[in-house]
Amino acid sequence: MKALAFIATLITGLLLLYGTKDFAAWGDPDSPANQHLSPVYITKAVEQTHVPNIVTAVLGDYRGYDTMFETVVIFCAGMAVVSVLRRDKS
Amino acid sequence: MDGMLQEIVAKYNYWIYVVLMMIGFYAMIGKRNLVKKLLGMNIFQTAIILFFISAGVKRGGGIPILDKHHALEFGVNASQIVNPLPHVLMLTAIVVSVSVTGVALAVMQRIYREYGTLEEDEILERISE
Amino acid sequence: MKQLQARADNRPLGDSLIVQTGVRLLVPFIQLFGLYVIVHGHYSPGGGFQGGVILGSSFILLSLAYDLKTSIKHFSVRANAVLSNTGALIYTGTAALCAVMGGLFLDYSALDKIIPLGVIEWRSFGIFVVEVGVGLAVMSIMLSLFWDITSGGEMDEGL
Repeated sequence: MKALAFIATLITGLLLLYGTKDFAAWGDPDSPANQHLSPVYITKAVEQTHVPNIVTAVLGDYRGYDTMFETVVIFCAGMAVVSVLRRDKS
Repeated sequence: MDGMLQEIVAKYNYWIYVVLMMIGFYAMIGKRNLVKKLLGMNIFQTAIILFFISAGVKRGGGIPILDKHHALEFGVNASQIVNPLPHVLMLTAIVVSVSVTGVALAVMQRIYREYGTLEEDEILERISE
Repeated sequence: MKQLQARADNRPLGDSLIVQTGVRLLVPFIQLFGLYVIVHGHYSPGGGFQGGVILGSSFILLSLAYDLKTSIKHFSVRANAVLSNTGALIYTGTAALCAVMGGLFLDYSALDKIIPLGVIEWRSFGIFVVEVGVGLAVMSIMLSLFWDITSGGEMDEGL
């Protein structure tokens, strides 16, 4: 069982290492991840929202839905823990 | 050989994340204790978070917090600021991972109360009894 | 002197006077720093999540140094439930208010019709309102997770 798990882990790791061949090098400014959407955020965020911290601007404004449902997720987690564990004595 | 070494040195960050991910993955599928599985999942998530953050790095880039008046007057050069998008996504991912860990710990406590053990095979035995 | 001696003898195992006094002095500053992190999220690293976790950790520290009852005395279970609901409600309420005022859902510039501050200023201020909601929700949920998991749902002993 343990050997099987180890082999599975090794195969997955080797596949991922093979996949890194196509990734951009460390700190490459021209990598696809840095070219597609983020230049718009960086150049336009302060102008459009007057928030100097771009991370906050993207978190609260451009990706508001993401943050909203994320708050809902953590709220649901709290409710789930309360309903699973809490034994109210009163 | 020399070319391969150069390749590894240029992408050593991915190698670190893959090793970290393998540790977490092995703990998730190889261990029998549920708490160890949960810790493995947390290590796995850490590897993914580090991977995303490293995707946003630019060589010589500054932090994505600008000087407001300077930015409004002269504009911003996008190549001198690191990519803020992975930071945002991983900020939410960290909070989700915390809540997942909390719910998992609560369910584990309930399992322990019910079956008196956290070892997977013993729990399966008790269920089939 | 004798009273202090008697109190030290009656203290349960794991309660340390030095740790308790240190925590009592430290907790207000931790909470102040948490508020600063939430409010200053526009200009420095920070925001609702980080500040909320810092605020929650101050109460967690209190219940680690004393016991769970002390932390509940400072921040009751009912207040915790109310605040976690309020936090989520502030976020969704702000978003819905934008839709009611004629903008898109979560388009804060529509709030300009209520108090005219300027469209762009409202986008900045809307982010702030939302972050406060996130901070409240994260603080109370972190604390309730800690309470429930350490005491097994009993809410009396804890660590």
